[in-house]
This record gives sequence, structure tokens and C-alpha cells, in this order.
Amino acid sequence: MADKPRTLVEKIWDDHVASSDPGAPAILAIDLHLVHEVTSPQAFTGLRERGLKVRKPGQTVATADHSIPTLDPSIPIADELAAKQLRQIEENCREFGIPFHGKGSPTRGIVHVIGPELGLTQPGMTIVCGDSHTATHGAFGALAFGIGTSEIEMVLATQTLLQRKPKTFRVQIDGKLQPGVGAKDIILALIARIGIGGGTGHVIEYTGDAIRALSMEERMTVCNMSIEGGARAGLIAPDETTFAYLKGRKFAPQGAAWDDAVARWRRLPSDEGAVYDRTIVIDGDQLAPMVTYGTNPGMGIPVTGRIPALTDVEPAARDDLERALAYMGLTPGASIAGQKLDVVFIGSCTNGRIEDLRVAASVLGGRHVADGLRVLVVPGSQQVKAQAEREGLDEVFRAAGAEWRESGCSMCIAMNGDQLEPGQYGISTSNRNFQGRQGKGGRTFLASPLTAAASAVTGVVTDPRTLPAPQSPAVEAH
Amino acid sequence: MPEPFVKTTSRVISIPRSNIDTDQICPARFLKITDKAGLADALFFDWRFTPDGKRREPVSFIDEPHNAARQILLVGDNFGAGSSREHAPWALRAWGIRAILSTSFADIFNGNSLKNALLPIVVTPERYAALVELVAANPDAEWTVDLEAQQVTLPGGDSFAFEIDPFARTMILAGTDEVGYVLSRLPAIETWEAAHPARIDSREGAAAL
Repeated sequence: MADKPRTLVEKIWDDHVASSDPGAPAILAIDLHLVHEVTSPQAFTGLRERGLKVRKPGQTVATADHSIPTLDPSIPIADELAAKQLRQIEENCREFGIPFHGKGSPTRGIVHVIGPELGLTQPGMTIVCGDSHTATHGAFGALAFGIGTSEIEMVLATQTLLQRKPKTFRVQIDGKLQPGVGAKDIILALIARIGIGGGTGHVIEYTGDAIRALSMEERMTVCNMSIEGGARAGLIAPDETTFAYLKGRKFAPQGAAWDDAVARWRRLPSDEGAVYDRTIVIDGDQLAPMVTYGTNPGMGIPVTGRIPALTDVEPAARDDLERALAYMGLTPGASIAGQKLDVVFIGSCTNGRIEDLRVAASVLGGRHVADGLRVLVVPGSQQVKAQAEREGLDEVFRAAGAEWRESGCSMCIAMNGDQLEPGQYGISTSNRNFQGRQGKGGRTFLASPLTAAASAVTGVVTDPRTLPAPQSPAVEAH
Repeated sequence: MPEPFVKTTSRVISIPRSNIDTDQICPARFLKITDKAGLADALFFDWRFTPDGKRREPVSFIDEPHNAARQILLVGDNFGAGSSREHAPWALRAWGIRAILSTSFADIFNGNSLKNALLPIVVTPERYAALVELVAANPDAEWTVDLEAQQVTLPGGDSFAFEIDPFARTMILAGTDEVGYVLSRLPAIETWEAAHPARIDSREGAAAL
């Protein structure tokens, strides 16, 4: 085995096969299991029915993020079902001895934001969660993927999963991103190219200079949306950027253990000559800010582009396009820039981290949101919220006319009362523009925090590179 | 515990759309339950009802009267994209669906379906096109999906074979689930764990509950 060059994914896989019977899927050991309130209740019920305990509570972490309101936590939860679900996760964690970062905890937040910020997410790990955006943790060079509730029960009961070895897909982003273009634009451009089923059956490894140049938070944005390209997981080999981010975090190794861990992590990157099942190369220099126009994340175009006409797409895709544009109420061939907005949502596990909020604040500072527009800024975690407040970003958002909230999934999944109304248009830094995703009848444009913030100022979909300078006193003095 | 499942004979519901995501199959606001009750009503809810709760006119696929009680679904490419919610296969099963034929399934949906004895059956694009025509021409004919024989039999006696994960097939035919199987391999897992100490202890410094 030592002779054959291996990919990062193959190395992590080989390290975690605890047992395998001929013909059966491998029994893959799981290093970290993240749990939230929405997909876990039935798994805990199953565990009780079997009379089993959580086998490794010390490798399990729970939080409340999906159905929890982002309003002032002292306000009682109006939705009785959500309240019951939130009580249940707390009771389940107490009964089974799982550490719970719940309501009132300074470390509560979106499960894919708190794992990395606590240093729980580490290179070379296998990480699972009952949430398809678990791929986020792949940014650290971990094999991380979403699972269903039956699999949650399996991991709670055994700390393993039955898995078939995935195929590998290298996505190489060369070159250097232009000003105004960021991680979200990379991933939206990729999905527009491969389609929302393009990565099915594969784990994506992102490589290339444009990926290496990204910060950890930007890498998380890219890996987060691997599932929107059909890939259950997406990862990036760990490097100095990864180690610098992790060092000193609460659950990161300390002292001699840190040195040992880094030495181990340095052996993880794919070997030269390792073979991938599939490879594509994208020129990062050519990417532009991206916006979606349709009802799946693959329906994206540069913000300078036009909404496709039916004749612009393959015959097989026309039906999808026609239905999408009818739902969105958009005209084929029209410019995407200039489309009217009712709501702007800045947040989610895709773009709710501190760097995202800094970008949004850099646009909204000294400016005001457009008349009649609702702008919701929702930090990804309570730690992100606290950091933003230390930096005064909350004041920037409030002064600009935006709402500043408690952390959570919020309008990304619209389970907690934060939602679009039927027919409303929202530009959103989240990950899904499916019909009804952000509220029944709501219509979503997906974009980066920079593009969303620029659009908040104008009230229409806006190329952030064209936003005029703010009307500050310094400008007026000229 | 699941019941054993071997085969079903049923008429077919055809939904000739691709990229049907799990937010369509079961919208997120129905995910606030803590059990599996009531999910049949949530199936394709927003396709069936307007935002103010009225049944759409004309009615959506599964509400067409002739589609009542059908157990086989024929759908376009990449069915079950998006969210990992197992509520999607739960809702389909609760409605009565036992087998889905498509040119491809999203990975997580595929796995979740197999764990609920809901059969995701992949056919070639050519076969799919022929099957759509077959349902259109003969909407009330019954097909048989036979897991044991790994075969679909069409009206008139034509049939074709399908592939399915052999391990999942064994589990579904026997009505056993996977947790028991893995627990039977616990000695091997413990041996592996002895050589691979846990990388974290999430309980360190955690507030006592």
C-alpha cells in the first residue's frame, strides 16, 4: 500500500475502516458526530427502543440551530412544535450524556460554524451530521458528510457507519480571483458548470492556486456547497493556513500533542501521481460575481449576465428552466442585475462567519439600505455574534437599517419564523434557492455576502463592483 | 423494526420532472415533528396546495384521483437532491410508495430510502423515456417490482433487471436493519479503537447538564 500514491480521501478512508466483510459495506469509524434538534429526535427514540446508550458521547456534540428563533432569547418561543423539539434535544442530551451547546450558551450556533470555531473539526477526521451541509468541515481536510436519521441512530449506537468507498473528483481552480470575486462565486460557478447532480457518487477534492489562497472561512464556504453539486463531501488538503486557524482553539491538541498532530496532518495531502476518478479545471481569473436566477443552485450566471432563454439550454433542460422562470416570475433573456428585491438575508452555514459579516459591514458602513427593503443579518454562532459586536459591526448594520439577530439557520431553511412571504424576492447568502426553501412561495437569488450587501444598498440585484462610493461627508467636501 | 419486503405489483405514478429536491418532497416546516407521524400529508405539499392552503387546480400528480393508492413512482433525473432529511423517504413511504424508478438518485436520498425499504431503481435514459411513454399509453396497467429477482415486469410480460446494493437487498428482504449487524461486529470495532484513540473528548469543559 505504501507504494501506491493515494488521494487525501483514500488516506482518510483507509485510516478509518474498522472492519469489512466481503460483499458488505465497510464499517467506517466516525471521529466526530454533530447533532441538532431537527433530524435527531427519531434517532434517540430508536436508541431507547433498542435499549442502547450513546456509545461514544465524548465524540458527540449537540446544538440547537435549525428551528430556534433568532429573536431576543428572553421572548418565549411562539411555535409550540419548535419549542417541543428544542426541549427534546436538551432532554436527549441530558439523558444520554452528550455535551449540548443550547439556548443561552455562548458557544451555541449553527452546527457547521461551531465545530470549526471550537477546534472540534480537525484534519484527517471522519465527521458526520444529520445535515447535508456537513461537507463544510471538509475545508480542514476531513471526510465530512451529511447523513439521514437512520444513520444518526447508527452512529449514536456504534460510532460507525456502513459505507461504500466513494469515487473521487478533483476540482482544480487555477489562477487568482479578481477583486469582487470570492469563495461563494467559485462554488456557484462550479455548480453552474457541473449541474446539481454533477458530483453524485463522488467526493470532491478542491485544489489549485485559487483554493490555496483562500482563508479557512472561505474554504468552508466552498466545501459547504459541495452537496449542491451532488457531492456528499468536498474537502481541501490541510496546510499552514489550516494549522494557523486551529492552533489554540479549545478542542485542538495542545503542547507535544499539537506537534504530533501537525506531523500527522502533513502526511494527509494527496500523493503526487494519485489517481482521481474525474478531474475538471477552472480558470479562477475568469470568474465573476455569481447570482442564481432559478430554483436550484446550478441555475447561476455572472451578475453581468442575462437570464437564459429557453433556446439557450439543452432541450432536456428546457422544461426545468421554463418551470423555474415561471416560479421566479423572471423574463428569459433579461439582465439579472437590476431585478427588484424585497428582502436581503446575510447569514447561514455558508456565509454566516465573521469574515462574511466584515465584508457585508464594509459595504453597509456609511450607507443605508434601500427604502422598503428588509435586511436580516444573522450571525452563524453566538461566538461570531460576540466577535462582531466587539468589532462594532452590529452598530454598522443597525445604522444602515438592517436587523441584527441571534445566531441560527434562520431564513436559510425558514423553520423558525424568519421567512420570505409568498411572492417576495430575496437575495440570500445561503445555499439553496429551491421552491419554497426560504418560505412558501418565496423567490431566492443566491449570491455572495459582497453582492448581497451591495444589493441591500440599491434594492435590486447589483454587481458589487459597480456600487458608487457612499455619500459620506468626506466625499461631499470635494 | 422494518417488515420484510420482497415485491410489489401496482399501477405507476409518473412525474416527468428532473432534479426534484427533498424540499419539494417534504417542505422544511414539516420537520418540526419529533416522531414520524402525519408525514403522508406533507408529501409534495407545496405542489398540492397554494400558499394560503387551497388545493391547487388542476390537482398535482399524486392527488389525481386515478393515482390514488399507487406504490410505484416514475420520476426524472437526480431525484431527492438537496437536504439530507429522512423525512422525504418517510413521507413517500407513509403515502404508500415502495419503489421509485429514475435515471439517477441523489446520494443521501438513495441511502435513506434503502434504510426505509423504499427501493431506488436506476434505469438508463433510453429505458426511462420508454417507460414514460408506456405509462402515458397505458396509465392503469400494473407493473411488478421484484426485489428478490431484481426485476421489473411490465404489462404484457416484458421485463428488465435492475441493480441494487446487494447488502441493502439482503437487509430489506429479511426485514432486518443494519444496527444489529454492526453491533455483531463490535469486537472488531473495539480492536480498531484500541489502536486508534479518540481524537477529541467533546465533554471536556462542557457545562454539566
